[in-house]
Amino acid sequence: MLKVNNVVEKLGFEIKIKGDIEKEVTGCYISDLLSDVMAKSKDGELWITLQTHPNIVAVAVVKGISAIIITNNRDPEPETAKKAETENITILKTERTTFETAGMIYTLLKSENIL
Amino acid sequence: MNVTDIIEGCYQLMEGDFTNAGVASSELKSILTKLGVPLDIVRRTAIAAFEAEMNVIIHGVAGTMHYAISETEVRITFTDMGPGIENIELAMKEGYSTAPDWVREMGWGAGMGLPNIKKNTDEMKIDSAVGEGTTLEITIKLRKDAPC
Repeated sequence: MLKVNNVVEKLGFEIKIKGDIEKEVTGCYISDLLSDVMAKSKDGELWITLQTHPNIVAVAVVKGISAIIITNNRDPEPETAKKAETENITILKTERTTFETAGMIYTLLKSENIL
Repeated sequence: MNVTDIIEGCYQLMEGDFTNAGVASSELKSILTKLGVPLDIVRRTAIAAFEAEMNVIIHGVAGTMHYAISETEVRITFTDMGPGIENIELAMKEGYSTAPDWVREMGWGAGMGLPNIKKNTDEMKIDSAVGEGTTLEITIKLRKDAPC
């Protein structure tokens, strides 16, 4: 079983907000369109996005996202960070692009036989 | 699960209040989880409720979300004082949206809300009058054998 903290250790993402890092990672979804994430993401998936506003936390809560990964060195807005703390949602940050991040996660999930 | 009485609740929703978007749906989600409702039904309810909440926050001026949980179903009614929906058939079409650009930049307004609500509910009724507002009533059955 792969947990959020395993992903952080292996891929070196920066933890911006530490939520439930023991949560199991079941896959990954990528979209900056929140309605698309609402429709297509699955429980336990990591979510890679460029969006930083507070609604990403609400989407993560409703969809059971294991962790939000914000790419391109962006930071969550202060209100987003506050909400994530309250809702126990993990927010990770990376200076890499969405493409690079996706590649790293894809390789990891493949090697862990999750995909 | 054992719900003998109807559990009800109501939330105020305001257009433009993106900060509190999802609060009502998240609370409903945790109430259903505590009641022991199967996880897939809780998820479907939360998705539909959140999309409907967003519709009021994007378009609805001011409104309410009311829920009633019985032994057999959860019924959620959204009432708003927004501009109303001119063409419901068109609004139900995936990809059709009247949301302003700044809302789209946030990742909303992709025209997936109403289709997503329909997909996740057992019943969906829209009653809308242009210039007056919209009422959306959705029902999710809590048991697979629940009568219609």
